[in-house]
Amino acid sequence: MTGYQSAFAAALLDPEASPPLSLRVRDGDSMERCFAVYRNNVAVSLVDALAERFPVCQRLVGEEFFRAMARLYVAQSPPSSPLLMTYGDGLAEFIAAFPPAQSVPYLADVAYLEAALTRAYNAPDAEPLDAAAFTAIDPETLPDCRIGLHPSIEIIRSPWAIGTIWSANKDEHEPAALDPSQAEDLVVVRPSLDVELHRLSADGHAEFLIALAQGETLSVAASAASAACADFDPADAFAMLVSLKLTCDIRLPSS
Amino acid sequence: MNRNVAPGHRAERRSPGSPSGFVLTDLPAQAGVSLKPVHYDAILNEYDEAPDRIGFFEIHAENYMGAGGPPHHYLSRIRRDWALSVHGVGLSIGGEASLDTEHLDRLKVLCDRYEPHSFSEHLAWSSHGGRFLNDLLPVPYNHATLTRIVEHIDELQTHLGRRMLLENPSTYLAFDNSAIEEVDFLSEIAARSGCGLLLDVNNVFVSAANHGFDPAAYIDAFPIQHVGEIHLAGFSVDSSMGPTLLIDSHGAPVDDRVWRLFERTLARTGPVPVLIEWDNDVPTFTTLLDEAEKAGACLSDVDAEADWRACVA
Amino acid sequence: MSKLNKAVTSAALAGAFAAGLAIAAAPAAQAQEKEKCFGISLAGKNDCAAGPGTTCAGTSKVDYQANAWKYVAKGTCTTMESKTSPTGHGQLAAYTPKSR
Repeated sequence: MTGYQSAFAAALLDPEASPPLSLRVRDGDSMERCFAVYRNNVAVSLVDALAERFPVCQRLVGEEFFRAMARLYVAQSPPSSPLLMTYGDGLAEFIAAFPPAQSVPYLADVAYLEAALTRAYNAPDAEPLDAAAFTAIDPETLPDCRIGLHPSIEIIRSPWAIGTIWSANKDEHEPAALDPSQAEDLVVVRPSLDVELHRLSADGHAEFLIALAQGETLSVAASAASAACADFDPADAFAMLVSLKLTCDIRLPSS
Repeated sequence: MNRNVAPGHRAERRSPGSPSGFVLTDLPAQAGVSLKPVHYDAILNEYDEAPDRIGFFEIHAENYMGAGGPPHHYLSRIRRDWALSVHGVGLSIGGEASLDTEHLDRLKVLCDRYEPHSFSEHLAWSSHGGRFLNDLLPVPYNHATLTRIVEHIDELQTHLGRRMLLENPSTYLAFDNSAIEEVDFLSEIAARSGCGLLLDVNNVFVSAANHGFDPAAYIDAFPIQHVGEIHLAGFSVDSSMGPTLLIDSHGAPVDDRVWRLFERTLARTGPVPVLIEWDNDVPTFTTLLDEAEKAGACLSDVDAEADWRACVA
Repeated sequence: MSKLNKAVTSAALAGAFAAGLAIAAAPAAQAQEKEKCFGISLAGKNDCAAGPGTTCAGTSKVDYQANAWKYVAKGTCTTMESKTSPTGHGQLAAYTPKSR
């Protein structure tokens, strides 16, 4: 084979590159113009895909800024998979290193949150456990149990108030004044059809969940959370775990 | 039990080229529409009681390759009541490299899960060197390309254990080393691979305008015995920097001239499954359905073997 | 940790978890927790939830590739903040239990 697709693909992503020489157009038309249709299709469709996945980021910085930034991301990191639902998983990292975005220091974290929301949307389905499933366990045994968290869960800790920012900007309403510099711990989960975003308001809850996610027992997770936060209240944390429907499985101690 | 796909409604199109007489498609010879998430609610709440208004739904395979979540929930509900066509947009059958085996596996999982009435893909490439470009890019029509595409289709059909339909593209430029007419190229692919063809009448019109050939002659020459489905869509017009260029945008109603070309096509094919595609600036479901009913009226006219007349005013 | 301490800790924890279960099972408490959450409603009502869709269509929009960066953030970030952001960058910490 001639290998025309390498040159074609390179010219699609780089407007400075000339279209491959082996192409032709009808009389009276120009190669640049016709090739530009394909360039537009690639660039615009991928920027559109990012705008669809990161609507709050776009709202925060405005369409012009967002699309120009997304265009650079597309050129630098075109998708590696035909599953566009995953495209943009790296946008937060790109934004964090993108100098013009530094004026909005929480933008990268909001992008991470928006990516997490769509990952949860497409995550495997699983039925969360209710309180009765825990009541059925011998209370003396419970601290030594390990917990299978819901497959859609993501735990996000940000020095910025990204949950509040997201909430204030997720629809067309004029966002209320807020202080973005308040750190927030968030958990994203999709217990059923709807993706839910919860702010973990109490100290140590994020540490507790992270330890459980790493496969620690409830007892070890509670100790880790206590060590990190003196005010950690295990009753409150356990209530959070159950009422937010974050669990799918209880693994009893093996002996 | 699917209410729409009673045996009497099947297209029953068999390819004469295939000794086993494989059915080209199990889709009903009715009008269907693209399935869009914005319409899930309307479909399930307003049309569930009148499923016959919709012949079938067509999805883009890649949008249903997530592990779980609402897309699968709604598609499963819709699949219970309607016939389904799975239309891939990301396999890159025209790619120079080998097919992506992971993607083949994903297609297999999807087809096994939903048992669609048809699977189709494009005469195009969209991935190269590990990058997915999200557009249907053109291929040169020559023997080398033909051989590779037939191999890819054979691999796909073997992997899926089913026959596929291959769609003619809309193009904006051509290759110096194209040596075969598009119609002959498609015809030869179908003959060698045993695949069926998806005839996108809007793509014919768009390409004809952009390359300056006669769309009616293309339709008249098309190997209709292989056609398992027809696509109709709207295009947009660009006159900004030269002679008018048509863009296959799927963001507008079907153009009158495309309707006329569709009538000409039906006169040759008889009733076939026909899809209204609308992917950008998606309208209300009612508008989409109105468009599908126009197409359905054309099918009824052919079905009744009425005197040939314009089915859409 | 000695066995004795472990037993005491476990017993205390067992009690705490039982109390937690009672909180979780109480409808009022659940409602209070839920106040903090936002659901993404049905797919399609909010298309961002569905993530980007594939397309087999072209676009009539034109990509105006810029040679130099000339854009200034003009969205809600300019009006939303109640005070000037006081610090530099933070460090996001995210944890995904299962690789997908």
